[in-house]
Amino acid sequence: MKKLDRNQMAARVARDIPDGSIVNLGIGLPTLVADHLPKGREIILHSENGVLGIGPRPAAGEEDEDLMNAGKEPVTLLTGGSYFHHADSFAMIRGRHLDFCVLGAFQVSVAGDLANWHTGGADAIPAVGGAMDLAVGAKKVLVMMEHLTKKGESKIVERCSYPLTGARCVNRIYTDLAVIDVKPDGLHVVETVDGLSFEELQRLTGVPLKRMLTAA
Amino acid sequence: MRQCSAIIFALVIDKLFPTAEAALADMPNGATVMIGGFGNAGMPAALIDALIAQGARDLTIVNNNAGNGDTGLAALLKAKRVKKILCSFPRQADSWHFDALYRAGELELELVPQGTLAERIRAAGAGVGGFYTPTAFGTKLAEGKETRRIGDRDYVLEFPIHADYALIKADRADRWGNLTYRKTARNFAPIMASAAKCTVVQVRETVELGALDPEMVVTPGIFVKRVVKIAAPLQKAA
Repeated sequence: MKKLDRNQMAARVARDIPDGSIVNLGIGLPTLVADHLPKGREIILHSENGVLGIGPRPAAGEEDEDLMNAGKEPVTLLTGGSYFHHADSFAMIRGRHLDFCVLGAFQVSVAGDLANWHTGGADAIPAVGGAMDLAVGAKKVLVMMEHLTKKGESKIVERCSYPLTGARCVNRIYTDLAVIDVKPDGLHVVETVDGLSFEELQRLTGVPLKRMLTAA
Repeated sequence: MRQCSAIIFALVIDKLFPTAEAALADMPNGATVMIGGFGNAGMPAALIDALIAQGARDLTIVNNNAGNGDTGLAALLKAKRVKKILCSFPRQADSWHFDALYRAGELELELVPQGTLAERIRAAGAGVGGFYTPTAFGTKLAEGKETRRIGDRDYVLEFPIHADYALIKADRADRWGNLTYRKTARNFAPIMASAAKCTVVQVRETVELGALDPEMVVTPGIFVKRVVKIAAPLQKAA
């Protein structure tokens, strides 16, 4: 089987973002999606810290400390972009004005519960940022994560053991092994990577999966 | 408002203060202080330095983060002047002063989802007594909070965050305290300005009354008490 690497995962997510979408990309792995958005599509990227229309990373030496994304990395602004304050930025999120958000995750449950902010460890310092707002606010919540933990356990679980970010909020899961839709009647496998059968994916995942009925 | 006209019967609104130290001289111990900025963008570094020098302690701080590196808010924490911090994202690669104080039990943390933090600040400034948000419903951060089903969604009741002072950074100001910002340095500043009894602004440039296009004023002077011009940029791009 050919596992997807981080960039291949980002490219796979990017392929599903339609022309004209307004999208928030989470910190870390989801930020990579920006590099793979298909050329020719007009897609507006939103960031929590008050910007719509984020452009590519600036060239070395061209960074502006007043123009950052939510990951506090320097960015640029596209023609047509705008700035606004934090309450307006989260009104856009909570008010269901974003078409998609792409978030990383520790775990996603069969019901679409998302855990991505806190391991729950006694000594862990919690940090939530905008994840809980994005989870309830975006019209579609896409999760991007590795399918298995380093120990080989499925990150798609019956019930999240880590503290929840949001309940029943995830619409689609992109992993290095498969694309899976979260629906009211369970998890539907949209596709698997080359060389990975549905049965093998089912064995690795541990929770019941359904085969997506496709015309092809 | 200070009256600093030499002519007795001409009241002039002039919010310009000569130094950051003068603008923060009356900060009492135990004050609740909002500090603008998202990381370094919009962080009022000169005002934070002045607050450290001023000496007020037992402060409650409201900021998105809990300090980065060894300067600014991190230095205020290191000086053990903060008893409590409300923020959304304390844990970062370079938040070592927060981490150490938190683990030692010397700093209380109220972790607030970022949008709820922003809206609680906005609510305070707008005179709203509380609001229901879908954010955090069913999570640890809503434990013990009143909830309500409205329509087909579940919501959590949240309350405003008021402050004694807001320390923010803007780009340009006039003597009435009208403000414009620069790019994403705006972030929390406009809402914090409205939520505090005394808003102190660090600006790059002060201009004559009338020089700011009224259509471009982001924070009207009604929300601003004191303005300090900090000539040289203190923060350089990394």
